[in-house]
Amino acid sequence: MNRYVIPLAVFVVLVVFLGIGLGLNPREVPSPLIDKPAPAFSLAQLHTPAQSFALKDMSGKVWLLNVWASWCVSCREEHPILVELSKSNAVPIVGLNYKDQRDDALQWLDKFGNPYNLSVSDTNGRVGIDFGVYGVPETFVIDKAGVIRYKQIGPVTPQALEQTIMPLVRKLQAS
Amino acid sequence: MRVVILLLCISGMPLAAFAQQSAQQQSTPQGAQPMADDPVANARAVHLAAKLRCLVCQNQSIAESNADLAIDLKRQIREQIAAGRSDEEITGFMVERYGDFVLYSPPVKAVTLLLWFGPLSLLVVGLYVLLRNLRRRGAAESPLSEEQKRAAAVLLKDGGGRQ
Repeated sequence: MNRYVIPLAVFVVLVVFLGIGLGLNPREVPSPLIDKPAPAFSLAQLHTPAQSFALKDMSGKVWLLNVWASWCVSCREEHPILVELSKSNAVPIVGLNYKDQRDDALQWLDKFGNPYNLSVSDTNGRVGIDFGVYGVPETFVIDKAGVIRYKQIGPVTPQALEQTIMPLVRKLQAS
Repeated sequence: MRVVILLLCISGMPLAAFAQQSAQQQSTPQGAQPMADDPVANARAVHLAAKLRCLVCQNQSIAESNADLAIDLKRQIREQIAAGRSDEEITGFMVERYGDFVLYSPPVKAVTLLLWFGPLSLLVVGLYVLLRNLRRRGAAESPLSEEQKRAAAVLLKDGGGRQ
């Protein structure tokens, strides 16, 4: 009896592990920055390059930092969702315009709408590296104390927004 | 082999929901040029880059990859070497931002125990099962009795005579 039960059990365990493995997205690498203070930065604003924007300007607020670029195809996918979100004024969205040309970025916002309270230009991608950005778009939820609470890798989907991001934002806003 | 991986990687990129600039822009890898003036620093940079995984093209090290991010990270390595930072400080910089996943050789800790010792424990279990089965089989082969030996000899003889 044992002869068959043990190999079968081993096989079942392997199948379960494989099943779990197939369900995971290998591109979603958990960020070590979750629950750590967001890296400080100060960058020129996209629309008004003479003015800068720093991380500390948002202290006391729960906000989203959305990494985007005009060359990024999947950014177009999430963009209508962000535009919709911005209309509700539920949470401020700051755009980190990652490794982009200013003109392209401005044109892109004119064409698809601007959901951002403001965008900053990370032309050489240095701030992106500090945030561990490796695939655009990425979205960070940052709390009142400037701590990163969540990172969405890849486009913000309606499910991610309703089930994860907004509940977290409301919880953080209430605290 | 490397060509296959590269092709897989390239063909997989548009499918993944992640855009990276590399496919669309610039093929000149700035930051990838060797620091010709300082061979020691150059060797260090190449050595470090070979130990770090490119997160955009996950089967390549950042030394091999020409993805935009890999080029930026190579530039970071060179800048930090020039600024006099140690190898540990530079890999620490990468791990702080991208996690242990960026290391091809992740540190041994609670969550990586299975990764490090899983194959070895499977080997040990396999050897144990093999030895046990061999021993059991050995025990089952009891020597023949005199009568059986005689019967076998007769059978062998008959068989030989048939040809």
